[in-house]
Amino acid sequence: MRILALDSSGLVAGVALMEDDTLIAEYTLNHKKTHSQTLLPMIDELFQMTGMDKKSIDAVAIAGGPGSFTGLRIGAATAKGLAQALEIPVIKVPTVDALAYNLYGTGGIIAPLMDARRNQVYTGLFTFEGFDFKVVRPQCAVGIEEIVSEINAMGKPVIFLGDGVPVNKEYIEANVTAAFDFAPAHLSRQRAGAVGALAIRYADDKDYPSVCSFAAADFVPDYLRLSQAEREMLEKEREKKSV
Amino acid sequence: MKDIFILGIESSCDETAAAVVKNGREVLSNVISSQIDIHKLYGGVVPEIASRKHMEIVNQVIDEALSTAGKTLDDIDAIAVTYGPGLVGALLVGVATAKAICWAKDIPLVGVHHIEGHISANYIEDKTLEPPFMCLVVSGGHTHLVKVSDYGQYEILGRTRDDAAGEAFDKVARVIELGYPGGPKIDKLAKEGNPEAITFPKAKVNGADLDFSFSGVKTAVLNYVNGCKMKGENYNKADIAASFQKSVTDVLTEHAVAAAKAGGFTKIAMAGGVASNSALRSAMKAACEKEGFELYYPSPILCTDNAAMIACAGYYEYMAGTRHGWDLNAVPNLKLGER
Repeated sequence: MRILALDSSGLVAGVALMEDDTLIAEYTLNHKKTHSQTLLPMIDELFQMTGMDKKSIDAVAIAGGPGSFTGLRIGAATAKGLAQALEIPVIKVPTVDALAYNLYGTGGIIAPLMDARRNQVYTGLFTFEGFDFKVVRPQCAVGIEEIVSEINAMGKPVIFLGDGVPVNKEYIEANVTAAFDFAPAHLSRQRAGAVGALAIRYADDKDYPSVCSFAAADFVPDYLRLSQAEREMLEKEREKKSV
Repeated sequence: MKDIFILGIESSCDETAAAVVKNGREVLSNVISSQIDIHKLYGGVVPEIASRKHMEIVNQVIDEALSTAGKTLDDIDAIAVTYGPGLVGALLVGVATAKAICWAKDIPLVGVHHIEGHISANYIEDKTLEPPFMCLVVSGGHTHLVKVSDYGQYEILGRTRDDAAGEAFDKVARVIELGYPGGPKIDKLAKEGNPEAITFPKAKVNGADLDFSFSGVKTAVLNYVNGCKMKGENYNKADIAASFQKSVTDVLTEHAVAAAKAGGFTKIAMAGGVASNSALRSAMKAACEKEGFELYYPSPILCTDNAAMIACAGYYEYMAGTRHGWDLNAVPNLKLGER
């Protein structure tokens, strides 16, 4: 199975070309330009360098959310456009799962943190039981306090990673009771390679509910949050009901 | 000569649209999916919701445009996509989709200015229209007097200093409680009212005779309504709608005619959503008849945001050699004539 994997959910833009258990090419950029300007040129670069035929791709895998709304949409629109034109499916991988998969085989708890603003992180908790990747807490948007207290209750060593680490480092250092560490630079951000590897793993796993293969038209990102206007309207309706 | 088929994509505001146009002027399909019913609940377009809705439907709209036209992506010579001005999140959906399809199919990408699209709607409506002409562009987001010297060559002679004409219609509709979108509702109600009943100001901009200002007339309507309410008097909504509409359409017509006269043009075209307004059309018709000008305006389906107009504008850009790279970005405040 030949997969083009994309991740533009956070500050990092990443693209990777995979064939089964081989990573053929990967391009990761964590710099100023917007994903709109970088993502497709990076994809183009992979194909220029490898000389691979676009039509030989079997699926587009994507970090399907959560993440920056705009980043998710640039990635999703790109994936859907590619899938529509090449007549192939889109494989959705939860962003936080893929981030955790960077730390394959880790003994303790893996706690990805993505800065979600509004005093929240997009996070989840993952472990390896033997070499089985287990989702302990599925990806969610919560306050750092909530996820840290859950980690403390588990009482196991924990490793943090993601662009939410710098924002919450002080809080973690002051409040995490178990042994903890932060992932090193080469593993600490979204990697399209991890999205692709997990897509292949999930594609084989019939029981895994949140990973699915979609027709181009049917795929939409998981924002995990309503728009502000919708939140405010729900709030108003709730107030009306309680009066 | 080989026929050229352009696929147009438009997602700058609250319409997701795709169209296939042959040789610039023959519309083979023109699919528009409007989000208006959702935005009505919020009294205006909510950018984040608009972006999400575009994302859900863009590929289906493209598929439908192709199948209605009896074409596949393999028949398409280039994709033309609106890359500004507009809501950045909304634009990005169309831009990223267009880029991905062009890249996957090895076909050229042509970025189009939204207003260039509106102006080009006139080429579809009247197959004989050729530049040069003067164009009055009036919509919810834009009010421009544009000199069209040639295909793809534009000079803005007048612009609004504050609200767009369509925006003023929406705001006044809110003041007299007609709901959103205000343009068609005011147009309809005004037919029952007296346009001479109330004198609302026609704002002039000092030192820029062709520029517009509509915030004054909007405030005047607000003051008038508040005044009536304070005095406990009833006010006639139809008269307000008619008088307000007259104030706006008079200024638009006067400036368009003055610009055409000054530039030595004999043709005036109208474009944008407000070009569907019946009072504006009658006023422009009367004024152009008087001056001996020819008047052009697109049918309502081509006045609204649509992708046929984008494909048409894209065709002339494509023929002129315009090509955009894979790094094309959405430009929310894109200037007309910029590349």
